[in-house]
Formats: sequence, C-alpha cells, structure tokens
Amino acid sequence: MAGTSPAAAALPEPGIERPGSGAAGPRSMPDHPGAGARARWVRRVLRNRNVAVGGSVLVLLVFVALFADALSPYNPSRLYPAQRLRPPGGPNLLGTDEFGRDVLSLVLHGSRVSLLVGGVTMVLTSLGGVVIGLIAGYYRRLDLVVMRVMDGLMAFPAILLAIALMAARGPGVWNVVLALSVVYLPRTAMLIRSTALSVRELDYVLAAQALGRGGLAIAFRHILPNCIGPLLVQGTFIFAYAVLAEAILGFLGVGVPPYVPSWGNVIASGKNVIREAFWVSLFPGVALTLSGLSLNLLGDGLRDVLDPRLRVQ
Amino acid sequence: MTTYLLRRLLALLPVMLVVVTIVFFLIHLIPGDPVAVILGPEANAQQIEDARRELGLDRPLHEQLLRFYGRLLRGDLGRSYFLDRPVTQALWERAEPTLVLMASGLFVAVLIGVPSGIVAGAYQGSWWDRGLMTLALLGVCVPGFWLSLNFIYLFSVWLGWLPVAGYASVFQDPVAAARHMVLPAVSLGFSQSALIARIARSCMIEVLRQDYIRTARAKGLAERTVVYLHAFRNALVPVVTVIGITMAILIGGAVVTEIVFNIPGLGRLIISAILRRDYPVVQGVVLVTAAAYMLINLAVDVVYAFIDPRIRYV
Repeated sequence: MAGTSPAAAALPEPGIERPGSGAAGPRSMPDHPGAGARARWVRRVLRNRNVAVGGSVLVLLVFVALFADALSPYNPSRLYPAQRLRPPGGPNLLGTDEFGRDVLSLVLHGSRVSLLVGGVTMVLTSLGGVVIGLIAGYYRRLDLVVMRVMDGLMAFPAILLAIALMAARGPGVWNVVLALSVVYLPRTAMLIRSTALSVRELDYVLAAQALGRGGLAIAFRHILPNCIGPLLVQGTFIFAYAVLAEAILGFLGVGVPPYVPSWGNVIASGKNVIREAFWVSLFPGVALTLSGLSLNLLGDGLRDVLDPRLRVQ
Repeated sequence: MTTYLLRRLLALLPVMLVVVTIVFFLIHLIPGDPVAVILGPEANAQQIEDARRELGLDRPLHEQLLRFYGRLLRGDLGRSYFLDRPVTQALWERAEPTLVLMASGLFVAVLIGVPSGIVAGAYQGSWWDRGLMTLALLGVCVPGFWLSLNFIYLFSVWLGWLPVAGYASVFQDPVAAARHMVLPAVSLGFSQSALIARIARSCMIEVLRQDYIRTARAKGLAERTVVYLHAFRNALVPVVTVIGITMAILIGGAVVTEIVFNIPGLGRLIISAILRRDYPVVQGVVLVTAAAYMLINLAVDVVYAFIDPRIRYV
C-alpha cells in the first residue's frame, strides 16, 4: 500500500507519487515564477510528445462532450423499438441497442457523464487533498489523527469502497462524484503531506518563520506552490481512475441511473445482447479506452516534464 | 524477524479500528431513515419500529458503535435480511469462487507480466521493448470488464471454444472448472500483468546498471548469462511488492469479473445485496475484503523483509 513506482498507473487503484522517491519536488518549479519563466515552463510542457498527444485527445473528448447534442444524429434517450439491434452502418453508423437507441449518440452523450465525474472528482480531491495534506504536513499534532483516518480509507480496495458508498447513497451522478472523491482523496492528501514535510525543512521556510509569518500563511503561500507539480500529475491520474471507476459502477448498475447514458451502463446493456449484437458494448468501450489512454499519456508526459528524475527509462 | 512481525501487526490495529468505524457509519450514510429504506415502502410503522429495535438503531450512536465493535470481536457480522442466515455463513459459502478467481488471475498476471518485463528491461530500447511496453500501456488503459465481454464474444460466441459464463467447483469437476476459469482469469490478470511488466522492466534496468553486473560483463561472461543468471534474480525481488500493491486491483477486478461471467462469488453477493438493500451483507463483504487486503499486504511485506533483510531495519 506504500507509494508505487512510476509505472503503477494502476486502474483504478492509484498509488502515491512520493517526493521521497523523487516526485516533483521543490526543484521542479522555477525559483521566481515570473511571466517569462512561466511561459518557458508551459512551452516545455507542451513540447513533450505524450502531453501533446494525450492533451489533444482529451481536448477532442471535451469538445465532443460539450457539443454532444449538436454532434449526435439522434436523441440518445428516445426509444425506437422497431429499430432494435441494427448492425453498424446505414443511418445508424455504430448500430442500435436493444431498445433501438442509436449507439453513436449514446457514446457521444456518455462522454458527458465520464468527463464530468472525472473532472469534478479531480478538482474535489485536489482541493480536499491540499487542505488536509497541508494541515497534516504542517501541524504535526493533527498529523497522527488525520493520517490514521486516511490510512483507514486507503485500506479498502478502491472499487469496493466506492460500491459500498453507492450502496448507502443510491444511484446518481453527484453520488458517484462524492463516492469517488472520498475514495481518491487520501491519495492526494498523502502526496501533499509528504511534499509539505520535505519542503518545510528548507531554509526559506525557516526564514519565513523567522520573519514572523503565521503557520497557515507559510503553508499556503510558501509550501503549496511547491506541491503544484506533483498535484497536477496526481490529478491527471485521478481523472483517469475516476473515469474508469465511474464506468465500472455504471456497469455494475450502482452508478448513474440507467436513463442517463454513460459508457458504463451502455456496456452493461450490451452485455445482455452480446450474442447477437457485439457492437453495443464494443464502441463505448473503445471510447473509454481512448479516454484512459489520453489521460495516462498526459499524466506520464506531465510527470516526465515536471520531474525528470521519475522518468521511466 | 519476530519483532518486525509484531511491530507490523500492532501497526495494523489502529487502521483496522478506523476501517471498522467507517463500515459502521455506512448504514448512517443512507439518506433519510435507514430502516424505512431497508424495509421498503410497504412496511408499516410497527414493522419499522421493530426493525429499528432489532438493529439497535434506537440507541445512542456511541452505544451502537461500541456494540458493533463488541459483535465483531465475537466474529458476529450480523444476519442477512434476505438470505436468512448469518452473514459469516453467507460469506463462507461464496468465498471459494472468488479465491479461485483471484488465484488464477494472479497466476496469469505473473505468467505474462514477469517475462515481458524482464525481456523488455534486458533489451531496453529494442523493438521487443517498445512493442511490449505499448502493449502494457494498453493493458493499463483497457477496462478489464470490457475486455471480458470482447473475450466472451470472440472465444465463446464466435469460436465456441469456451463456455460463455458460469462456474464449476475445482473440487467437483476440475476440467469444467478450468474451462470456465480461463476467460475470467485472463481478463482479470491482463491489466495486472501490464503493471507487473512495467515494474519488472524498471527493476531490470536498475539492476543492470549495478557495479556487479559491470564486473560480470568485464570478466567476459556472455550477455545471456549476465542477464538471466545475475540480474534476473535480483530484479525479481521488488516485483514481490507489486503483487501486494496491485492486490486491490485484483480484489476490485474480481467483483466486476464475477458479474460479467456470472460467477457466484463475493462480488455477486455484494451487488445483489445492494439491490436488495441487505446492508449487513454489504458491510460484511466490505469489511472482510478490506481485512483480507490488509493481511495480504502485510504478508507481502513480511515475505519481502524475509528476502531482503535490509527492509526490517528501516
């Protein structure tokens, strides 16, 4: 359960990027992040091939999600029983499912739930992780209690904890976001805490203390900026895990309700008709794999740029 | 070694306490009145009141929590509403398929992952390396449950080689058991094998840079001997820990794989319990899997400390 090596882009069970083992530490950020330095930094990130490829695919997916209504040839929630299980081709480019819904329209609309859940989970775990991690990393007295709770949450296999939380809260997009945020929050909190622990020993933090800065001000103004690199990398991977976990919950029937098209529940409905219509589960799965691939490439690329020491040889 | 083991076991206690407390509070996360939700809309006020008393939900929260700890210490996980038997018994009946599935999944993962990683690492930068690592990246990104469905279509529906779904006990019919287990094990093991391959590769690269490897090469040993006799064994050591780290994926993956292949294990038990609002069973499965996960990780760490004694003193 300890931190994992760079290769452990485990889905959907993230490890922790450990600064001790070399996650983007203080050195990864410019000393004086002025406008010029920042522009150079952005250029360096964008020049990375993995970032460029993964980022482009992600932008495309976001575009699809935003304009799903305009791009879809049919309304994904309208049922056309007369046209059920049509093979790909003709008016239904990717075929139809057992209720006669157009698979292409379902896949295009499914991207909305996936990206919404993934994106919001990333933001919530980052915000929560920063607050909890900084407090635990800076206020040593709170550290013990907070970290035991985090250890406890991490002791559950991620998907099982998410299933259990969904069992209690019931189906719904926001319940999925909530469940996945609880599941993945400890990983970010541990990461920020360990970065904060290593940074707080540096001379400039001592100098800030000597100047009479308060604990919170030091934590947020001086320690937090050094956590941005690892946070960005971790956030990208959490995005990927959340997209996959959402699909798994949808597939198991405990995620978003069946009337909201999501890749997971379309794949589940394809399971029932796998003998006669393989395309129903095939295409949403391709979309899911593509989004996972783009986010993993983006995460790998960001890690390579933000912390060259962790680069996989 | 005994001190190390005791220290690790003691460290597990507070985490276990937190885990149990989280599982206890699951039932209190149910929006509204949990008893009304559990019994459904048909229940009348008297039934709700009776069930509340039976579950102890009419008592103060701290008392409920203490009773919950007490029950667990006696090994009592409560009674399933729907199956009408103790939860421990229900878990015990469903454990075999899940354990067989996990063991076969792990076997496949190691069988594919270790050789791929070692070859990729030994011939870093070669076409072998690039091909295997692209495959490993795909393995990490392809969702296991979707892969299972494609396998079912390809090998069961189309080619007709293997059964579509179902389970046969190893103890009753080993041949049927093996035929039923091939697809679930491969789909479960594939994504884990990708992780093992990636880590085995970086360990191999790391080991090949060590001084003793340079010495072996300098004294004129064949590259093959250097790689397979000198580097291989040491590269394998960290791979042991990967198995612990990825155990959570194996457990979570087993739940989903059971649903895809209709295997009557713990995964199907928890999903059907959720649909029937059978909360003691949900709590039981979650608790037992979390405990198993922690113990497996402990076992892996102990094995690691046994192989590499330096760990014990860190």
